[in-house]
Amino acid sequence: MVDKTLELFDCGHRACGGCGAALAARMVTKAAGTNTIVVSSTGCMEVFSTPYPETAWKVPWIHSLFENAAAVASGIEASLKKQGRNEKVVIMAGDGATFDIGMICISGAFERGHDFTYICYDNEAYMNTGIQRSGATPYDASTTTSPAGKCSFGNKRPKKDMPQILAAHGSPYVATTSIAYPADLMQKVEKAINTRGPCYVQIHAPCCTGWGFEGEQTIAIAKLAIETGLWVNYEMVEGKVVKAKKVVRKPVEEYLKTQKRFRHLFKPTRQDAEIAAIQAIADRNAEKYGIDIKLRKE
Amino acid sequence: MTLAVGCRARPGKSRDNKTGSWRVFRPVFDKEKCTKCGLCITLCPEGCISETEDEFVIPDYTYCKGCGICAKECPGKGIGMLQEEK
Amino acid sequence: MMHITEGSHAVAEAVRLCRPQVISAYPITPQTHIVEALAEIVADCQLDAEYITVENELSALSACVGASAAGSRTYSATTSQGLALMFEVCFNAAGMRLPIVMSIANRALGAPLSIWNDQQDSISLRDSGWLQFYAEDNQEATDLHFLAYRVAEDHSVLLPALVCFDGFILSHTYEPVDMITQEDADRFLPKFSPYERLDAADPISFGMYATPDYYLEFRYEMDRVLKQSKEIIHNAGKEFGCMFGRDYSAMIEGYRLEDADTAIVAMGSICGTTKDSIDEMRDEGKKVGLLKIRVYRPFPTEEVAKALSHVQRVAVLDKNISLGAKGAVALEVRDALYSSGIPVKDFIIGLGGRDVRKKDIKAVVALVEKGEGDIFYGLRREVL
Ligand SMILES: Cc1ncc(C[n+]2csc(CCOP(=O)(O)OP(=O)(O)O)c2C)c(N)n1
Ligand code: SF4
Ligand code: SF4
Ligand code: SF4
Ligand SMILES: [Mg+2]
Repeated sequence: MVDKTLELFDCGHRACGGCGAALAARMVTKAAGTNTIVVSSTGCMEVFSTPYPETAWKVPWIHSLFENAAAVASGIEASLKKQGRNEKVVIMAGDGATFDIGMICISGAFERGHDFTYICYDNEAYMNTGIQRSGATPYDASTTTSPAGKCSFGNKRPKKDMPQILAAHGSPYVATTSIAYPADLMQKVEKAINTRGPCYVQIHAPCCTGWGFEGEQTIAIAKLAIETGLWVNYEMVEGKVVKAKKVVRKPVEEYLKTQKRFRHLFKPTRQDAEIAAIQAIADRNAEKYGIDIKLRKE
Repeated sequence: MTLAVGCRARPGKSRDNKTGSWRVFRPVFDKEKCTKCGLCITLCPEGCISETEDEFVIPDYTYCKGCGICAKECPGKGIGMLQEEK
Repeated sequence: MMHITEGSHAVAEAVRLCRPQVISAYPITPQTHIVEALAEIVADCQLDAEYITVENELSALSACVGASAAGSRTYSATTSQGLALMFEVCFNAAGMRLPIVMSIANRALGAPLSIWNDQQDSISLRDSGWLQFYAEDNQEATDLHFLAYRVAEDHSVLLPALVCFDGFILSHTYEPVDMITQEDADRFLPKFSPYERLDAADPISFGMYATPDYYLEFRYEMDRVLKQSKEIIHNAGKEFGCMFGRDYSAMIEGYRLEDADTAIVAMGSICGTTKDSIDEMRDEGKKVGLLKIRVYRPFPTEEVAKALSHVQRVAVLDKNISLGAKGAVALEVRDALYSSGIPVKDFIIGLGGRDVRKKDIKAVVALVEKGEGDIFYGLRREVL
């Protein structure tokens, strides 16, 4: 059993106050324990944790490039196997590194079946380079490369379904979770690490700077994502959804209103059609994963 | 200082960066209202809150950035945020 | 023991004897025979290695980065487009100070697409911090792998190394090669002992980023150790010579150079043709010699200057071109001879597999004797 009281992600890192990704790093390393090698991609987490010589990692850690974490991890896993060592290999990569630029490396590594856990901390854009859109950016979010404007409502496409893509690769265990549910997060990470083969965990990790809200709201906003059905915490075992967190759903507006990246949907004029389109995304999620708790009418 | 081969480092050095200096608001913990649920410890992105010997919780102000997550999430509303005087 | 084998198979056999623990490569002509042969070797349990069949070259070298950092001796091989795809990882692996060894079956870079030989691919990586060895024949291509691992892994070096040998011309040619035994290989190349490794028992962060306060120093450090590796190359090459009779202590080699008026400078298989034509020119009374460059990085600047100090003119055969400037070897040779005043003429030759024959070498000599050069040699008339 892993001793979860250990702090393996140290103080002094340079994440913004209230950073969801920093919290994810803390929780993941806690769940993984000391017998772990972490592989990071270029991005916020790598930058805020490792300006030479001030590393925040108390477990062995490696960063090579933006796009190649899964390939680097493949090499580590092969090397450990050859040496008869038993450390667990855990990748911690951003959504840009995962959904976009790292797709080839990830696909190759999952297809080859390496024994590692790939964790994507999903803050829904390229934050490190200044909040540009990624394949994980939600529909209508305004980013610096998908700005809302006179003839645009922001990002034109909904999030890519990365968990499904990796499940289709034959991943034995795929899960989504959120920093707002620490027990769920740590339990899923642990389960992924203890499942043989390439496993995937996608963590919703709100970014106060990129999404436009006060740092104290990070957990509250992550919860709202779940409560509106715009983010679903679920598990897939051998490609089948086995568990999804049920909620009494709130209207998506309650989530959207909290963040500057969606402000253009309310000001200067309310964009009913766009809000309805986002509500439809939440409704589809609810239907697909069966998350609605039906309240009994008196 | 000698340069590490290949830009590497062993743990401990990030503590040289005292992020407490970033703080604008200081979380102040009310012992009376604290139920010792531990949620603030779990949710602090800095991992800087710990339990004291008399089972109370306090943040390490050397690193606390004053983000306010602990205050916002404390179930007993036992943490207040006070403006730092500089 | 002498074997008549294809260059690629000789290289694969040398790699087997080096006992890499992780191999990660992606097939590309004319490198394919190496990775196929190694796959067979591993499949037949003649080498106890993990062979990662990656989905592209960027991943091939990235996997080597991970495996090397985790503490394994690693190997890859590629050429041309594959090396270009690896470009980013190449700089990364060197900066991370990981002693990966990679074979390059040299091939031209597209566009236009060409599968045939020149040395543009590896030359384009000259600034990356990798050691670069160039082989004249398959014997050298084989031996240089042992040397490359020895030098790269030396704790005073810790940089990756390329062993370059001309695609098709060497890789697909059968030549007699004297292969050292496993016992001898183990004596020359001891077990890999990583300087540091990813290890839960001693957690180290690899690949941190450097602010402007440190970056300059890290680059200085790489340049310093690369230059200092000359001594390690010398000693290891000498030891190899003592053990097996083929001395690689020198980074350059002269051929009939001592009394030459005209020196040809070249790298790789073209040196063979050049030697043959020099013999013929010598018979005709021409005082021509060859300076072969075996190690291009670190560049043997002082050694080149010394070896050429007595000649009247130099013709450099460049199987590459730094477009908009000169051939990369000529630039270095000119730099080495700067204060001597000896004229250095550049001949861009044999690009994209254009055959270079003895008569071409003779024509180059005739041109440089007239003071001509700095040209693409042998262009089709219609472009002139
Ligand atoms: C090959 C390459 N292209 C672009 C970049 C620039 N870049 C660095 S980090 C980054 C975005 C990272 O986004 P993500 O993976 O989502 O991590 P985040 O910063 O959001 O945590 C980009 C575009 C790079 N480092 N390398
Ligand atoms: S920009 Fe966002 S992800 Fe990056 S450190 Fe700040 S809060 Fe964290
Ligand atoms: S969250 Fe509040 S009640 Fe719970 S331990 Fe912290 S201060 Fe005490
Ligand atoms: S204010 Fe933020 S950084 Fe400070 S103790 Fe509370 S959660 Fe931690
Ligand atoms: Mg991101």
